[in-house]
Amino acid sequence: MVEYMTSQKYTEEVALNHLRHYLPHQNPLKDFINDNVLKPFQDLPFHQAMTNASVLFGYKTYSSLDTYRKLYQEGKINPKILQRIIIEQKGFDNWQLWHSNLVEKQYDTNWYNRLGQLHQIWTNQCHLNIEKEVHSFLFRFVGSYIDQGIAIQKFPVRNKSFLAAIKELECNSFIKIFKSKRVRQLLLHTHSSIKDLLDILVGDEQWYEQYLFDQQFAHAGWSGMVATVETHPEMLLDKRKITLHDFIIFELLLEIDALDRKFGEGKWKSLLHYINLGAGNVEKQCKINPMFAPIDKTELFEVYELWQNAYEWTFYDQALKGLQLAPAQKKVEKPYSFQGVFCIDERECSFRRYIEKLDNVQTFGTAGFFSMEFYFQPEHGKFYAKSCPAPITPKFVVRETEIRKHHHQKDAHFSKHSKNLFGGWFVSQTMGFWSAIQLAWNIFKPSETPALMSSFRHMDRESKLQFECKEDHLHDAHGLQIGYNLAQMADRMEALLKSIGLTHHFSDIIYIVGHGASSVNNTHYAAYGCGACSGQTGSVNARVAATIGNKSEIRAILKERGIEIPENTQFLGALHDTTRDEMDFYDENILTEKNKIAHLHHKGIFEKALALNAKERSRRFLLVDSHQPAEKVHKEVKLRSLSLFEPRSEWDHATNAMCIVGRRSSSKHLFLDRRSFLNSYDYAQDPEGKYLLGIVRAIAPVCGGINLQYYFACTDQYRLGAGSKLPHNVIGLVGVANGIDGDLRIGLPQQAVNIHDPIRLIAVIEHYPEVILQTIQKEAPTYQWFHNGWVHLVAIHPDTKALYKFNSGTWTEYKPLTESLPSTNNLEEILMSTSENLPIYLLEQSQA
Amino acid sequence: MNANYFIIAFILLPFLAFFITMFIDEKQEKLISTLTTLTIGTIFFGLVGFVVYWWTQGAAAINLQELTLYENDEYVFLIDFYFDKVSATYLLVGTFISLLIVRYSSYYMHLETGYRRFFSTILFFYFSYNFTVLAGNFETLFAGWEMLGISSFLLIAFYRERYLPVRNAVKVFSIYRIGDIGILLAMWASHHLWHINITFEQLQNYESVQVRLAEHSFVGLFIGICLVVAAAAKSAQFPFSSWIPRAMEGPTPSSAIFYGSLSIHFGVFLLIRTMPFWEQQIIVRVLIAVIGLLTAIMSYFTSIVQPSIKTQIAYASITQIGLMFIEVALGFEELALFHFVGNAFLRTYQLLVSPSVVAYLIREQFYHYKPLNDNKVKYWLSKRFYYGWYLLSLREFNLDRLMSKVVFNIFKKLGNKLDFLTYKNIFYYFFPTYIVGCGLYLAGNYVAPWLHTILPVLFASIALLMIMKAFSERRYPRLAWLLVFLGHFWIALAVSHNEYFGLGELVWYLSGIVVTGITGWYSLEWLKKKEPKLFSLYRYYGHIYEYPRLAGLFFICTLGLMGFPITSTFIGEDLIFSHVHEYQYLLAFLLSSCFVIEGIALIKIYARLFLGSHAKVYHETPLQSS
Repeated sequence: MVEYMTSQKYTEEVALNHLRHYLPHQNPLKDFINDNVLKPFQDLPFHQAMTNASVLFGYKTYSSLDTYRKLYQEGKINPKILQRIIIEQKGFDNWQLWHSNLVEKQYDTNWYNRLGQLHQIWTNQCHLNIEKEVHSFLFRFVGSYIDQGIAIQKFPVRNKSFLAAIKELECNSFIKIFKSKRVRQLLLHTHSSIKDLLDILVGDEQWYEQYLFDQQFAHAGWSGMVATVETHPEMLLDKRKITLHDFIIFELLLEIDALDRKFGEGKWKSLLHYINLGAGNVEKQCKINPMFAPIDKTELFEVYELWQNAYEWTFYDQALKGLQLAPAQKKVEKPYSFQGVFCIDERECSFRRYIEKLDNVQTFGTAGFFSMEFYFQPEHGKFYAKSCPAPITPKFVVRETEIRKHHHQKDAHFSKHSKNLFGGWFVSQTMGFWSAIQLAWNIFKPSETPALMSSFRHMDRESKLQFECKEDHLHDAHGLQIGYNLAQMADRMEALLKSIGLTHHFSDIIYIVGHGASSVNNTHYAAYGCGACSGQTGSVNARVAATIGNKSEIRAILKERGIEIPENTQFLGALHDTTRDEMDFYDENILTEKNKIAHLHHKGIFEKALALNAKERSRRFLLVDSHQPAEKVHKEVKLRSLSLFEPRSEWDHATNAMCIVGRRSSSKHLFLDRRSFLNSYDYAQDPEGKYLLGIVRAIAPVCGGINLQYYFACTDQYRLGAGSKLPHNVIGLVGVANGIDGDLRIGLPQQAVNIHDPIRLIAVIEHYPEVILQTIQKEAPTYQWFHNGWVHLVAIHPDTKALYKFNSGTWTEYKPLTESLPSTNNLEEILMSTSENLPIYLLEQSQA
Repeated sequence: MNANYFIIAFILLPFLAFFITMFIDEKQEKLISTLTTLTIGTIFFGLVGFVVYWWTQGAAAINLQELTLYENDEYVFLIDFYFDKVSATYLLVGTFISLLIVRYSSYYMHLETGYRRFFSTILFFYFSYNFTVLAGNFETLFAGWEMLGISSFLLIAFYRERYLPVRNAVKVFSIYRIGDIGILLAMWASHHLWHINITFEQLQNYESVQVRLAEHSFVGLFIGICLVVAAAAKSAQFPFSSWIPRAMEGPTPSSAIFYGSLSIHFGVFLLIRTMPFWEQQIIVRVLIAVIGLLTAIMSYFTSIVQPSIKTQIAYASITQIGLMFIEVALGFEELALFHFVGNAFLRTYQLLVSPSVVAYLIREQFYHYKPLNDNKVKYWLSKRFYYGWYLLSLREFNLDRLMSKVVFNIFKKLGNKLDFLTYKNIFYYFFPTYIVGCGLYLAGNYVAPWLHTILPVLFASIALLMIMKAFSERRYPRLAWLLVFLGHFWIALAVSHNEYFGLGELVWYLSGIVVTGITGWYSLEWLKKKEPKLFSLYRYYGHIYEYPRLAGLFFICTLGLMGFPITSTFIGEDLIFSHVHEYQYLLAFLLSSCFVIEGIALIKIYARLFLGSHAKVYHETPLQSS
């Protein structure tokens, strides 16, 4: 948090920056990315941040006290762990006291906050619900201005900036936006600043900033959207010039207008009057708590902190024990049938387990853009889509050419004719009947429609990709280089292979598998995509990486750099659709005869693994009978992606809790229940942590961001999550709101997190602690994640298997309390026994 | 006779299923959805078979005089059902769409809090729908009409912990209630016109109807206008249009079934059903056409500028209903029926796939975007006009503000002037006055005749004043409740002075009120004791979070006190109107205003105390804007 004291003086720039800092930054729907919704607080230690966020804005940042106590009674919080944590944090002598505080003491558990005190005066003292008067039109107006294509008649003055557009309308229209003459004057002639308007409304500089906070956080969704579009205008394909400043001016004017309408122009008093009202009259006096006055951590929040830690370490403890129990490394005896490089995504965790089980296969995990950062431009596309983690800004573009079928298919149901007067008359009497049939068909037998978001349509599989930059520095209109030159390709390929430790023992075919998802009727479809590709599908990256890996020039360069890829080894790009559990392979015709035959065999293995994976996932889908044979379950799972009525075509990242960075052989023996991100990394090949830096740079914001977004959507579905998605209404293609007058919703919908437990991510890195520390300290933003405890970090010593817990800059050894883990050779039975989270199991059949 | 069993089954089965679902545990999702789907599915296939059979038999209209609930020398209250091609069309479409929607929702609503409540409400809606569509006389229709209003309230306020759904539910309910005046008055006038409880079947007897109407052309016109108001309110026609997008607060399938397709077409149904009343009234026909045309144009403009998908579809839907009004006015009721079917299907589907619009339109933008060229911008007529037109359309032609200003603010302002109505004053002044009134009634013939003409109006006015105060009361929920309760007694007194009003009739009218009124009072008393600090009408308190059972009980009391068809008061209300003479338009107006405003006042008490964001914040709570 920015250090801040309530100052008597108000400065516009400071206030606006302060607002921008705290407003939720959420991208428009097409670029929806999982990110920490409490990012503004990330400069504080996690638990302090939770306190502050809740005191300032009323966010509910923990589960409720009753929930923790219930978990404890149910045994989901381990008493031994709780004891250890209390003693660690509060000392041995206080253990009894804190234990009884945690378990039985009564607290005032209300989530009080400082927001809204000033704004409420209008309602309570003046009996004017100013939010009710202003919001509806404000949202509708700014929605129309930003609208990307819902309205059939668009906003008339969209080439001008927001405020200029308002002025233009107000000047030239026979219907006025504002009713009060004074307000019109303020807008058109006085060119009032925010301060001028606050002089009228509030009257005392001391409260100006706080008033703006009250006002803007009453609809944090819209304000956040405006702030995001202001700083990243490229987020909107159809650009708009809107700033938070303009937006606030407009809202202030609307407020003055509402007050003028109710009480008469100038016949009402500013808030100052009410704040100071009747010094002796206690009942009428408003005591205002300064928003940014120092915040004390209450005992209750310490209780929450202890509970949360105990809850988290109950899970971590067994997982860490499991990692310690890794069998000793074996020499590679016989060559692998094939190798596969997958995304780090925890949804690939079980899929990889099945592939490994079905054949002698080695799998790797890495961020799913496979070190190939670029913008992708599909054929006929008027814009680019970023295909790498959000924090990276690529300098390259990859173009698709020679497609067979246009990416955009039409559906008359979305056409504007049906909304015409006479067009509608005709359409409703003709197509209306067709709708009935289509609806009935989709409900009883779901099938593909043009509105389907399918990962397989992201790129045409038969198309060509223009990713090679033959003439140096061939640039497009935006100054981006079209494709990579040889050196750039080699650098990226080297980074990919070395970071996952794939530098020897190459098999004949190495699959590079990107992933994507399919869904229909889903406004948050971008959240289902690959986080490492900015929510896009990873197919292009996989295909580019594979093609580059097959180039003989590149292999020659790589050989100089110590990676010798045998001649008969071939890379093959592929795509895994995590919703449907289907795969597609690209450029299969490049395979040699021998490899083609092998590939056919591998496809069979993939097919089996996909079905088994679908079956495993289905245990979480209560409406699917998972006891049926895998193929049958798989069919039902596929249908989910096509069904209009399915709000959860897949569970996406729900239940994520861990991220393991290390050799696959160190985690292969564990059943992790699709809860862990898996990043392959061989410490031995990277003694200085050069590639580790690249890995942590990605996992902290990507995996940590995903994890925290899930966390907060669980603890506060109203203010930090989007609430139930069932009543959502699409506004201007940028966001969703409830009904027609609601604010834009931020975060994840309730339907995404039903099965999620709100615990932080633990990153376990297999390397020497001192190397890890040196590495993460290299970049301040990345280091902050670990230092402030927004992501837990544990080092597992590669030689001794000892565990070291990272705690604000220092390592302390961690000895798991879990003594042993259950082991199993019949995973299926365990999986089918419950739809709840499962503990960590040791896999007996593991071929590690 | 066989046909009758079918028709009864269409009404009773959904009610039975509704009743059963009330007792199923929330967690039993599968049971709830299967029961609902099976019920509606069975009816669908039964209905298809029945209609085919009925068609082959010549498609003659069937009248089903079902149940006489009340009878005295001059008045009969009977529940009557009627089946003809209009009912057949509405039933088929309604059942088919409901079937699709429940099947859809059984997956869509999975794990949602209130899963059972959703299905119960849908079943209740479906029951009311069939009840209304099959109604054979005004009384039956009115009962169904009221039930539709309540199920609509429940579905809009499905997310009862949030402010906007609750506020909008109250808003929509209020407008429905205004429409109800129309039916109530039409019923009253029609009663005097025919002197019997006329069924829709009898209305089909063209010649006798037209003869009678020609004799009483003013009454005919009056009935016609009342019906048009009722139809316009229910179908969100001008000037009531603005409620339709605000009703889109529930889960998308419920919005689709209600406001996209079924409920919204009831205005058209009412007009077709009561055609004989206004067929010959050129003024009424013109009125219908003008309302339809105005709505069509305004809502077309409104729909094309909206940046939110559901608003756009909602207005597109009522644009078409405006055209249906015109078709009906021109006498093409068959075309209107056909139009209804197409529009209902189309809008249901469009609403259900509305979340897809993001994927679809963003893709369209991605592949077909053309930047705006400043030089090519053309304004319709002139820039000044174009901008004005745009702003007006964006604001829905200010219809929302108009509604709350013209209608509700007047009530509110009047009510605010009535601050002298306190417990004390009621006790000191109104009690004695009431006793004097009763005395005068008992004195009967000794009272001067001119008093007899004034007293009913006076007492009805007092009732209205009390009810208005109840409507505008902000601080004391119990006072508001008491005022409505006492208002009913004043109404009874007013009518007793008007004409002989037997003790039996009084019991019919007041028994429901007394029971629900007292139970409701004690519920409030209990809540006040538990939550003394969170007990007023200034804001929404959301007490249902902690007191769901009490809320349920109080809701039933609220319904009882407003004369909802669950107690005898519903029939009593009708009885009261039968005692208002055909020339007493003022009295009729006063009484119907009482019924309308009391309904709104009561639902407000319920909503403010029990619904909305919970006043206690020990759990996560939504902001007003969410």
